[in-house]
Amino acid sequence: MKAHVYVTLKTSVLDPQGQTIQNALRKIGYDKVEGVRQGKYFVLDLESGLSGDQAREQVEKIARDVLTNPIIEEFTYRIEE
Amino acid sequence: MKFGVIVFPGSNCDHDTYNVIAEIAHQPVQFLWHDSEDLKSVDAVLVPGGFAYGDYLRTGAIARFSPVMDAVKKFAAGGGLVLGICNGFQILTESGLLPGALMRNAGLKYICKQVHLRTETADSAFTNSLEKGEVLQIPIGHAEGNYFCTPEELKRLEAEDRIAFRYATADGAVTAEANPNGSLSNIAGVLNEGRNVLGMMPHPDRSSEKLLGSVDGWKVFESMIGALAAK
Repeated sequence: MKAHVYVTLKTSVLDPQGQTIQNALRKIGYDKVEGVRQGKYFVLDLESGLSGDQAREQVEKIARDVLTNPIIEEFTYRIEE
Repeated sequence: MKFGVIVFPGSNCDHDTYNVIAEIAHQPVQFLWHDSEDLKSVDAVLVPGGFAYGDYLRTGAIARFSPVMDAVKKFAAGGGLVLGICNGFQILTESGLLPGALMRNAGLKYICKQVHLRTETADSAFTNSLEKGEVLQIPIGHAEGNYFCTPEELKRLEAEDRIAFRYATADGAVTAEANPNGSLSNIAGVLNEGRNVLGMMPHPDRSSEKLLGSVDGWKVFESMIGALAAK
């Protein structure tokens, strides 16, 4: 069982790296891109015996307590059975 | 007054900080290893600059879970003086000992240069030998010094006089041009609620000897020694 966790800066927080990428995209002709947010991607290998609920509970706690700084970042995740 | 300097794997200003206390302040000082909860009955804890645990994940994010930080949290809760410099400031925010977070510099680059700070409050154990408005020249060296907190938190910091230093011009004007890293409201250092924990991005440890170009940082240590002596 794997958990895929995606961490980005909150939309209320300026993301200068994302902006720089967006500017570069615009310069080379990708003018349909209205915004870029850069983030981090984690893959957690989980014990196969966990129930879906247990896995979600673990992953959400890990993402909240460790993988993000909740002052500036937010996360989404998906579990792969 | 006995000082302790925490050493994490990746700390690289631990010896600079130790040197200031041993050679300039002539006070007893010892290193505190990250893997121990024993603070060796020091009177003040210094969290030095560097790249604790390689700054993997986020600056200060892994250091926060080290045994020594549990001890530092208890020490701070009991009123003990804790000064976090640069990476030390990042670790203290990640640990929840100080509000806010330090993000990547707005210009995305590592910046190493002399900056000017305006002292925003003299009412703390770290700034009592300064005057409000006094300008200090202290160097910075960081890629993640862009201070951020919520608007509500900023209001609270201002109302409670907990902003210790702001980036300013040489004559003390707090301007956008004087802000090296995009920090909210030019914030360079903040105090906790109890005013016994200070985090600052600029390096007083690199500005306590004439040889290094400025002795303005010494005033932070001098203040601490004064405050400890008065205890």
